[in-house]
Amino acid sequence: MENTLNLTLKVWRQNGPKEKGRFETYKLENISTDSSFLEMMDILNEQLVGENKEPVAFDHDCREGICGMCSLYINGRPHGPDDDVTTCQLHMRKFKDGETVTVEPWRAAAFPIIKDLIVDRGAFDKIIAAGGYVSVSTGGVPDANAIPISKVDADEAMDSASCIGCGACVAACKNSSAMLFVSAKVSQLALLPQGRVEAKRRAKAMVSKMDELGFGGCTNTGACEVECPKSISITNIARLNRQYLASRLSE
Amino acid sequence: MSKLDARIPEGPLAQKWTNYKNHQKLVNPANKRKLDVIVVGTGLAGGAAAASLGEMGFNVKNFTIQDSPRRAHSIAAQGGINAAKNYPNDGDSVYRLFYDTIKGGDYRAREANVHRLAEVSNSIIDQCVAQGVPFAREYGGLLDNRSFGGAQVSRTFYAKGQTGQQLLLGAYQALMRQVNAGTVTMHTRTELVEIVIVDGKARGIIARDLVTGKLERHFGHAVVLATGGYGNTFFLSTNAMGSNGSAAIKAFHKGAMFANPCYAQIHPTCIPVHGEFQSKLTLMSESLRNDGRIWVPKKKEDAEAIRAGKKKPTDLSEDERDYYLERRYPAFGNLVPRDVASRAAKERCDAGFGVGTGLAVYLDFKSSIDRLGKNVIEARYGNLFQMYEKIVDENPYETPMMIYPAIHYTMGGIWVDYELQTTIPGLFAAGEANFSDHGANRLGASALMQGLADGYFVLPYTIQNYLADDIRTPRMTTEEPEFVEAEKSVKARFEKLLSIKGERSVDSLHKELGLVMWDFVGMARNKKGLEHAIERIAEIKKEFWSNLRIPGSKEGMNIELEKASRLADFLEIGDLMARDALNRDESCGGHFREEYQTGEGEALRQDDKFAYVGCWEYKGENQDPALNKEELVYESVKMVQRNYK
Repeated sequence: MENTLNLTLKVWRQNGPKEKGRFETYKLENISTDSSFLEMMDILNEQLVGENKEPVAFDHDCREGICGMCSLYINGRPHGPDDDVTTCQLHMRKFKDGETVTVEPWRAAAFPIIKDLIVDRGAFDKIIAAGGYVSVSTGGVPDANAIPISKVDADEAMDSASCIGCGACVAACKNSSAMLFVSAKVSQLALLPQGRVEAKRRAKAMVSKMDELGFGGCTNTGACEVECPKSISITNIARLNRQYLASRLSE
Repeated sequence: MSKLDARIPEGPLAQKWTNYKNHQKLVNPANKRKLDVIVVGTGLAGGAAAASLGEMGFNVKNFTIQDSPRRAHSIAAQGGINAAKNYPNDGDSVYRLFYDTIKGGDYRAREANVHRLAEVSNSIIDQCVAQGVPFAREYGGLLDNRSFGGAQVSRTFYAKGQTGQQLLLGAYQALMRQVNAGTVTMHTRTELVEIVIVDGKARGIIARDLVTGKLERHFGHAVVLATGGYGNTFFLSTNAMGSNGSAAIKAFHKGAMFANPCYAQIHPTCIPVHGEFQSKLTLMSESLRNDGRIWVPKKKEDAEAIRAGKKKPTDLSEDERDYYLERRYPAFGNLVPRDVASRAAKERCDAGFGVGTGLAVYLDFKSSIDRLGKNVIEARYGNLFQMYEKIVDENPYETPMMIYPAIHYTMGGIWVDYELQTTIPGLFAAGEANFSDHGANRLGASALMQGLADGYFVLPYTIQNYLADDIRTPRMTTEEPEFVEAEKSVKARFEKLLSIKGERSVDSLHKELGLVMWDFVGMARNKKGLEHAIERIAEIKKEFWSNLRIPGSKEGMNIELEKASRLADFLEIGDLMARDALNRDESCGGHFREEYQTGEGEALRQDDKFAYVGCWEYKGENQDPALNKEELVYESVKMVQRNYK
């Protein structure tokens, strides 16, 4: 049954990319434990509009865990204190009455802050543009059943493909590495015959774009896997390393 | 009625699209580079169109309000995508997919468009597989199919419960390949705020950079709107928070017709509203109705006791429960079509038998668990049960789920002809944004099919046909008076919004509109209620323009200003929906008028009077819109009453 919470929120406010940011403290009362975390943020914003203050800017859209837009760092964890969920799927029953909740944006050099809790993840698009696709154009492709693919490979490719591009892996990593993101796409396409043709080239192009954009290197701490809302496995990183090595050797 | 010429090609139904392609005009590669196409939206329709047009060599400018094209709401579709492949050898064909779609749409869609959709459906699957979309496969390595409502064959391709995500990522990757190749320029966090018309043709847009707040002018030889549906008029829906109908309203104001606005699909199995601050509704897959039984308490006292927390659903014995779908529809039981199941739930809750907050019914798996075992139910629905538990914090293996209907999809939209061109030359509309293929009701797994059909396989042909006459039109400078004037009017509108300085927040007004829509323009409508809704919407509109509060300024990112601008347009759409519903004195598909039903409560169409597309034309601010009609002529299919007995 429904309970309510009184909370203290410490929220990162920053007017623009070049402005100095700071934490602001807000009190919220009678928050239903059935609310989602973002609904709690909506309540905060209604309260701020009521006081004629600018509401807190945060990214969100589908609110069902698939678009990858929501991106809050809550009490020191990307997507907050629950496992296998995005911020929008996090519910207030995970918090205690009287608790102080700290809300920050993703922090990584490659994800500059735009405003408050919103960061620019355009770097992910640039990595995909560097090679995260199969080079086919519309039309002139073979029948969908022309090439059988083993169910095991297809299922594994699907697991890698379930990445939502939220960036929690980068936010969780002490090096701000994007290896889990890159490796998930490289693996998905390398596992399928349609993508295998250009697998080596793809791995090399995506990794060098990642380096160029200021993401750090991978030191195998595994923090990314723990915080990934879609449970993308770090075995993808091992596969990427093999592809990458193969591409260097064949040079 | 030349304004509404659908321009359907000559010849027998099955030959029309082939004939069209054989005779359409082409543009040579050197000229393609000189032609600019603006595509607004990056979902399945917009993303696929932008990628394909870029591959062909056109110079494409693509716009999205999100931070990345991969976030478009197509990503949230779960179930699958239909195609007439007939891989399972169960008798499917292009004609059958066409027929099922026409019938599912309750005979209110245009035959020629739907047939073309069925024809290109197979190419979509081929294309997606070639892109590396990891569709589900069987052990033999070939593609797997599942069944969906409204069909007797298995024609639905799927990728786990994330089909929309995988198809969108396929289109997104094709799109990013073109960005890399330089044929597509991507404008993220940028919103269309006006369409620019020069000499009667769409020639560009005014867009607002959502980060800086600056207005930008963009020229295009043609403009495509692939901006999705307007379900968020209801505030609460299964749509994403940013989904909006503003592009459609901009087109409407410039002379494009808004077709069948009253056709909205209400999905029966969503997690109910839990409180005043709920922001959106989550869909639970329709497949749950295969093994779940829907009920409410038979006695009002029990319903009251449950609502007050004094009783639990498991306290009620079998004969204290009303399995109302099984009672009312013994032949179909819990598997009646979406619209029937939704209306029946509303009827029970309105009569005081609802549970939870009063606006919920039970979906109970106990008898299936007893009959099949918990492990079988877990294998079938485990992920859905887990999702339910994360949101509601109740274990559906032990206590029944609570569900309630919610707005899910809008079949109505911008009127387009066979070429997907609106009544404004050079302005095209694709995907959910247009009205074209689903009639009064969309079948499951057909939204993804239509979005990709429009984007990959229809627009690349029809836009070329249009642009072939434009090869001598040089790129215009955006200093032309039409661009200057359009930007000025947009600037004035934003300044007006900011100058109201009232007391009400955008969301509070949007919720007020949503309640009016839900109560009077929702699942069951009647004349009196619709007339009341039109009055109420006018009042909310007045309140909006006189008592709205937007903190901050037009410079920089201002989320309240974005929302306000969209709400102003939702208010117009709400009015159009109510007017269209009031005009349509019949019940069909998602549009149910209480005055028009059979003795058993089934939808009663009036084919002699309403076999037309209702197309609304803008007549100016504070003027009533005018109704135009596109008569629907059925040459291949005979119209019959749907029957579930």
